[in-house]
Amino acid sequence: MSFDIILDRLPEINQAMLETFAMIGVAIPLAVLLGTPLGIWLWSHAPGGLKPTPKSHAVVSALVNMVRSFPFLILLIAIIPFTRLIVGTSVGTAAVIVPLTINAIPYFARLVEQNITQLGTGAVEASRAMGATRGQIIRNVLLVDAKPAIIGSITITTVSFISYSAMSGLVGGGGIGDLAIRYGYYRYETETMIVACVLMVILVTVVQYSGTRAARWTDKRVSA
Amino acid sequence: MISLRRVSTTFASGAKEPIVAVDDVSLEIPDGSIQGIIGFSGAGKSTLLRNINLLERPTAGQVWVGDTELTGLNAEGLRRARHQIGMIFQGFNLVNNLTVLQNVELSLKFAGVKDKTQRRRRAAEALEIVDITDKTKNYPAQLSGGQKQRVAIARALATKPQVLLCDEPTSALDPFTTATVLQYLADINTEFGITVVIVTHEMEVIKALADNVAVMEQGRVVEKFAAAELCREGFAPTTSIGRYLVSDGISVRRAGAEASQGGFDPTAEGVQHYDRHVDPVRRDSAAPRENKIFAAVEGGLR
Repeated sequence: MSFDIILDRLPEINQAMLETFAMIGVAIPLAVLLGTPLGIWLWSHAPGGLKPTPKSHAVVSALVNMVRSFPFLILLIAIIPFTRLIVGTSVGTAAVIVPLTINAIPYFARLVEQNITQLGTGAVEASRAMGATRGQIIRNVLLVDAKPAIIGSITITTVSFISYSAMSGLVGGGGIGDLAIRYGYYRYETETMIVACVLMVILVTVVQYSGTRAARWTDKRVSA
Repeated sequence: MISLRRVSTTFASGAKEPIVAVDDVSLEIPDGSIQGIIGFSGAGKSTLLRNINLLERPTAGQVWVGDTELTGLNAEGLRRARHQIGMIFQGFNLVNNLTVLQNVELSLKFAGVKDKTQRRRRAAEALEIVDITDKTKNYPAQLSGGQKQRVAIARALATKPQVLLCDEPTSALDPFTTATVLQYLADINTEFGITVVIVTHEMEVIKALADNVAVMEQGRVVEKFAAAELCREGFAPTTSIGRYLVSDGISVRRAGAEASQGGFDPTAEGVQHYDRHVDPVRRDSAAPRENKIFAAVEGGLR
């Protein structure tokens, strides 16, 4: 193994890490910000939910499934006109953030929906009996009790989308995964590929470790 | 007065016949009384209880609490009415990620008490009623079942309701803890004049607590009587549950006139303070028969 190649590639590796941070750092917070309300909506408007509206629920649920069923590569290309509308370009890191976010929102929403479903109905029922509004139940009960699970979902989503972001090369988005493909695979620089992969492993490990710790720290279901 | 007037509740169940959970029930519950509703599993007693605060909206009939027809209220009015109707559950239904104090604060928050200091003070007061003063910063997972139910009682009482609905409140508790929780319910009724409606399948709970008994079978109230009747010579209930209640012995009256003279010392051990209430009854009755729960508890502890 030649370390010279790696030293030569250091600027590119640095740049790629920054690009990955940018993609994940924008897409995941946006997905959490928009996916959480969507997930809550899906849960509360489902039949048997807090405010069942079966028809609109079926429509939104179908839309979520549709976006989720696109392979990311296809989505990346399919929404290029929309991407151009939002960030003014169809290439580069910014252009990847748009499809990443579009893909991450329904992904995260489904996870949040599951997180809330698994809470059980007891506390919600008690809150209804206390005369709580739907908003009060969501803010004071559901989000409070689902917090550890939602932190877990943020972790899962982040890890998945670090992996998805590797496909950004298709539109010149860069990032560490793309670096592994471009230099490591296409140019036979095995060393660069290994370094990129190790960096990704480290990144995922750190994300997973912190996510697990944060989830455990906020979970009061087991006595401390 | 809680008044259920020809209340029915039917659940649609797909293509099959709709399930009639509550079938044309009329029931009047006087203010300040303890109404027991007993029946086997699936008799519709929980649905009937949930009809009172419209957690389950009846498909027919009227529900009145005091001067208000709950079945005639809009969503906002119903929410406001519910602040006056506390409810506790078999599974306690506390919010796991909130502390004991925060859980009790919740009912005040929902009732529109905006000032946090006031919420805290009133929550602490409610917790004092159930003698939970040193665990206010703990989380529900760190409490025993009986303590959880007491927190749930405090949460229900914090808004100073007129009515307390109890859905199988002791079914998840052991007999000793059951006695303690029942004692709190009896004292709350005596002290604050809160009307208590308690649904249970446990005969002992009815006998320890109820003023009036309604027996449910297949969605109908098939028998109603005053709990005092159980002690009367020649009282012949028609239902199997009613007959069981009679044959198994007399009713152990809750903290009534005699007992309240003795006073309730909540800091004492559970058995002690129960004895204080039971004893006058045992003394007064011609042929005192042991109450199973407390006999068992005492036997177990000695």
